[in-house]
Amino acid sequence: MAETSASTRVDVIQTDYMALTRRKRLYSLVLLIVFVALMVAGFNTADSRNAGGFWNGITHVFDFPAEVLGEAWENIAELPRHLVAHLPALIETLNIAAASTLIGLIAGTVLALLSTRGLARWPRLIGLFRRLMDIARAIPEIVIALVLIFVLGGGPVPAMIAIAIHTTGALGKLFSEVNENVSLKPVEGLRSVGATWAQQMYLGVIPQVGPNYVSYALLRFEINIRASAILGFVGAGGIGYDLRNAMSWGQGKYDQAAAIFILLFLTIVAVDQISGYLRAHLTYGTQAREGVRP
Amino acid sequence: MTVATTDLDRLKSGADQLFSKKKLAGFSIPLVIIAYLVYIFFAFDVPGLYSRADMDNARTLVADSYSYKMHVTRDNRSAEVDISIEGRRNGTYPEDGSPDWVTRGEETVIDLGQGHIATFGPEIVTYTIPGYGTFRAEPGRSGVNATFPDGDLPGWINASKNRVAITTEAGRFTVTRNRTEVFRYFNGWEAFWFTLDSPYYGLSVGEVAGRAVQGEAGDIFTAFWTNSMWRHQDVAWALFETVLMAFLGTFGAGLIALPLAFLAAKNFAPLMAVRFAMRRMFDFLRGVDALIWTIILARAFGPGPLTGALAILVTDTGTFGKIFSEALENVDKAPIEGVQSTGASAIQRYRFGVIPQVVPVLISQLLYFLESNTRSATVIGAITGGGIGLLLTQAIITQQDWEKVTYFIVLIVLMVMAMDWISGILRRRLISGDGTGH
Repeated sequence: MAETSASTRVDVIQTDYMALTRRKRLYSLVLLIVFVALMVAGFNTADSRNAGGFWNGITHVFDFPAEVLGEAWENIAELPRHLVAHLPALIETLNIAAASTLIGLIAGTVLALLSTRGLARWPRLIGLFRRLMDIARAIPEIVIALVLIFVLGGGPVPAMIAIAIHTTGALGKLFSEVNENVSLKPVEGLRSVGATWAQQMYLGVIPQVGPNYVSYALLRFEINIRASAILGFVGAGGIGYDLRNAMSWGQGKYDQAAAIFILLFLTIVAVDQISGYLRAHLTYGTQAREGVRP
Repeated sequence: MTVATTDLDRLKSGADQLFSKKKLAGFSIPLVIIAYLVYIFFAFDVPGLYSRADMDNARTLVADSYSYKMHVTRDNRSAEVDISIEGRRNGTYPEDGSPDWVTRGEETVIDLGQGHIATFGPEIVTYTIPGYGTFRAEPGRSGVNATFPDGDLPGWINASKNRVAITTEAGRFTVTRNRTEVFRYFNGWEAFWFTLDSPYYGLSVGEVAGRAVQGEAGDIFTAFWTNSMWRHQDVAWALFETVLMAFLGTFGAGLIALPLAFLAAKNFAPLMAVRFAMRRMFDFLRGVDALIWTIILARAFGPGPLTGALAILVTDTGTFGKIFSEALENVDKAPIEGVQSTGASAIQRYRFGVIPQVVPVLISQLLYFLESNTRSATVIGAITGGGIGLLLTQAIITQQDWEKVTYFIVLIVLMVMAMDWISGILRRRLISGDGTGH
């Protein structure tokens, strides 16, 4: 009697389990089908709204790089001169990225401290500062840059401000996540001896979170170099601006564009490597896996 | 005893050294930051910015973003009067129609509010300004022929033989030989819902809702959707295109990067050479950067959303390849061995031993990137010409549609926030709900 009831229980469990598995498989299958359908439909829509079709273009992908490289190869003797000529623009691009990262780091730190429970100067305004960061993070750099170029004229400043605003939001969010894990003991100690809020934060919190902050800021610096090159392309100075000019001279003059491509590529790879190395040392590998999130 | 004292001395001097080092760092790091910012201040010529900045542009931009102006224009040769929103052809009132502050007739009377009245007669135009008097002009071939009230001309009147411009708090009045124009400013975005030629223009929300209930909902929506001034249909398409670029780019990159990542992971690809080649390829794809990929791909595929999607796809294949291969190197051996011990084939080992471990990492990364690529797609769209980025640059280039620029910025921010929100929901659902991968 006891045996039969045990075996029926096992049967029931097994049929339940199999039903559950089948249902899960079905869900997974449905999800997969929906996903594939979305990809195919999306591709067809994008293809039909593109000026040139995918299947016509795919055979010509390497035409342009081949042309640029061919011209660069013909004028290979000129290449070092071009590389040197565009170096100031590259430095401007790097400066835009560095300055905006620095400003974003400072502003993001302040906003993150103001929006962390337990650390906030005005606990009631936490929500407000969080929304501010959300909005700053959601605005693509190009939006602010284009509007500021209209008011301030071309040059590095609009790009710097635009990238700094986005960086503030992006870093602020990451920083406030770091702040969640801060030990409050140093802060309480400092408060008990009458330190002001700024002193509590600078002496009690920053030393705890500093390495994490710097690690995230380095990551942001990599991303901001790319952003500042792109903003140059729409008129905000730096290497991107040179690139657009070099492109507009058209066929026969692509050796300059090739020089800029090389400079930009080498810079991005070099900065990625250096910052990856520094980050690995700052956080002892805990953040290494999230290494390349923009 | 002496030993202990020297020990203590050494400790003390060590501590002193540490303190002075920390003190130095505490002061020097902010100093270096400040020094760099000072360098940037001069390198970017921030002091010269003030002289270069165009405050008139800033004023138009801000004023235009929340207000609009109505033009009342008289052709001085034919004496015809046109009333339009921002001077646009598709925002012009019909011959016999007018807003309630303009009375058409032999003499058109324009009430600018606050006692300011302008009139367009058959020959003479006048502008009565309270506290100043009445300005009269008889524009014709010989000039404007203006008569001003007695006294010196105030600063807000700019007069010459062929042109008079009067700017007051109620509006702006300009006379030239060929045209007389009155601008009146209003707050808001005019004709945002319906254009002037639509039967629903000027109705209140309640009235429109009433008509919708009476079965006109479809017509009302069509009138809104095909609004020729705000082009809601095109804007919606552009937003969709931008999201589409991000979606195709992100997930396409994920699909391509996953198999390649196996070839780049130490524990799955025993051949050093293959691993090395794969990793350098990922570095190359990432290093070339979306900007250059966009330029290269735009040459082959022409402007449009597909080019943007492919630019994102190529760059992110490099990024995902790196992330995925690192995730694969971190997988736990135990489940794979467990599956193997039941006699599973190689494919089953991957399916039940490896994939369930890495799927949460992959999905969460893909969804993070989906949100950030929505932003990239806006930027790439501005370069290759697709999506909301294109509409935004077009609106900025005209330098007068600032209300549209504001509208697009609001839409972009909302779109990015919505993608962030959706990706957050999906991340929580997919990862906590299906962590086992079965």
